[in-house]
Amino acid sequence: MVMEIVCPAGTPAALRAAVKAGAHTIYCGFADETNARNFPGLNFDRNEMREGVSFAHAHGAKVLVAINTFPRAGDEAIWHRAVADAEACGADAVILADPGLLDHTAQTHLGLRRHLSVQAAAANADVINFYAETFGVKRVVLPRVLSVPEIAAINAETDVETEVFVFGGLCVMAEGRCSLSSYATGLSPNMNGVCSPASHVEYSDDHGVLNAQLGGYTIHRVGKNDPAPYPTLCKGCFGAGGKTGHLFEDPVSLNAEHLIPQLQKAGVTALKIEGRQRSRSYVAQVVRNFRAAVDALEAGKPLPEGMLARLSEGQAMTTGAYKKTWR
Amino acid sequence: MVLGELICSKRLPFYQDCIPDAIATLLAAGKNVALTSLALVTLKRERKLTAELVEMGVEVEINDLTALPYLPKGSRFSVGPLVNVYNEGTLAWLASRGAHRVCLPPEMPLKSVETLATAGAKIGVTIEVWGHGRLPLAISGRCYHARLHDRTKDNCQFACEHDPDGLDVRTVDDQPFMAMNGVQTLSDTHACVAHQIDAITKAGVSALRLSPQSKGFVILCELYRQLLDGKLDGAQTVDAICRIDCDTRLSDGFLMGARGADWSRARATT
Repeated sequence: MVMEIVCPAGTPAALRAAVKAGAHTIYCGFADETNARNFPGLNFDRNEMREGVSFAHAHGAKVLVAINTFPRAGDEAIWHRAVADAEACGADAVILADPGLLDHTAQTHLGLRRHLSVQAAAANADVINFYAETFGVKRVVLPRVLSVPEIAAINAETDVETEVFVFGGLCVMAEGRCSLSSYATGLSPNMNGVCSPASHVEYSDDHGVLNAQLGGYTIHRVGKNDPAPYPTLCKGCFGAGGKTGHLFEDPVSLNAEHLIPQLQKAGVTALKIEGRQRSRSYVAQVVRNFRAAVDALEAGKPLPEGMLARLSEGQAMTTGAYKKTWR
Repeated sequence: MVLGELICSKRLPFYQDCIPDAIATLLAAGKNVALTSLALVTLKRERKLTAELVEMGVEVEINDLTALPYLPKGSRFSVGPLVNVYNEGTLAWLASRGAHRVCLPPEMPLKSVETLATAGAKIGVTIEVWGHGRLPLAISGRCYHARLHDRTKDNCQFACEHDPDGLDVRTVDDQPFMAMNGVQTLSDTHACVAHQIDAITKAGVSALRLSPQSKGFVILCELYRQLLDGKLDGAQTVDAICRIDCDTRLSDGFLMGARGADWSRARATT
């Protein structure tokens, strides 16, 4: 079976572009704190979601709605409403992380397919099977801490479908288990759906040297003519033990296109592309390339070569945890 | 007292033989004892370790849901600060499975803590918050101590062994920021709720988690005991804590401030 390409859409225009470019499945979220890409000007209101789902279905594509932040105490109704509205809009599944929200959805939306978000950081077959037995989860998005052989071992021990990230931004920390951003800025992925928010970024020019700060902490400092990556906290330049450098991760992004055949052999069902904040032209380009790759694989042809490098904004690429030496 | 290995399964062989004696000593002294699960379970031997926790005969503190299916049906357990309990729904679900005590995620603001303490009181769950110590900010598949020494996690040669309190991580401006602890990232500041003790008590919190540090931890525990007994007020407690190590920077921003690193009593910050 052809591996499923799961593509992000931050806007209705990006959704349509991704569907036309050949995405099998689109994931998106409502324009509020219920999803983990809660950025200004992004995401869908209820009408846009309904229309987006209709458009996708008319073209044979599916839509998954990410409701993958952790509901705030006292305000769970906002998240419950998001699940109900996703179902009413015709979504093919919801992507959830919070056990309370999974429990609520399993009990009150029996017909709505449930996927486990990467934010749940379910990193072994035992806990994945537990989510399946307890909440009827049909698919898990694997955390970015596993090597390809470990993914194969998980698939050998579970009937739950697995979906893995293959392209885009790369979390270095286990997702859903990181509060670096709220420590420095007060806003976190788990509670607010944001990480290293632009509202807390400050650039300053110091005699030809560009400083990038987040929440008052200098994340990196580069020469005026050097590339200045966005100051994402875990990819900053810091000092420890007498050394200075990118102690957690280099300013790299994930590209696992060459690993697609191994991931297929490992039993992976779906390949996920990161980037709901990306433009529709970027999304369409990435989808076309990955669709060509899985179609080539299915036809027994070699993968098209190196098509994605120029989309990585001049950043270096990594295959992340899929290779064991990354650890 | 919570014993056991939370961060890295490779550390456990160094002291696992001491755990049964430690449990016996603490139980004999009338203390409540729990054994923690690992925070991130990926390897087969880590799954086995997690499954075997119950065999030690004391309560298990789950710090990853992986531990949950291994617990015998009907057993009481506690929930550690690395499990995401952010709301009433999750709290009630855990309680229905046997949780009787929950240490909330350190990043939760006081308003949410109060909501959950109220909900917990109705269903018989004790609510605990991160009381003192470097904050557990992140956990990863990658070992940063090993990376610093140009090694991989699987060949780490125990690069972290000389940094029992974590290794300071500073910005390029030499501003203290974080600390690396193998696969874990900690805050530079030590969280300290002494100043907020009245607000926390009023919110319905009934326990404080004190995270161990190599310097003056016994004194620190005594100070918090005196604070809870009303023998010291918040300001006196903070002053005494600062005397243990005058280089320690404190924070209580997750509970009260605009961001986690903030400290409600600016005098003691950098």
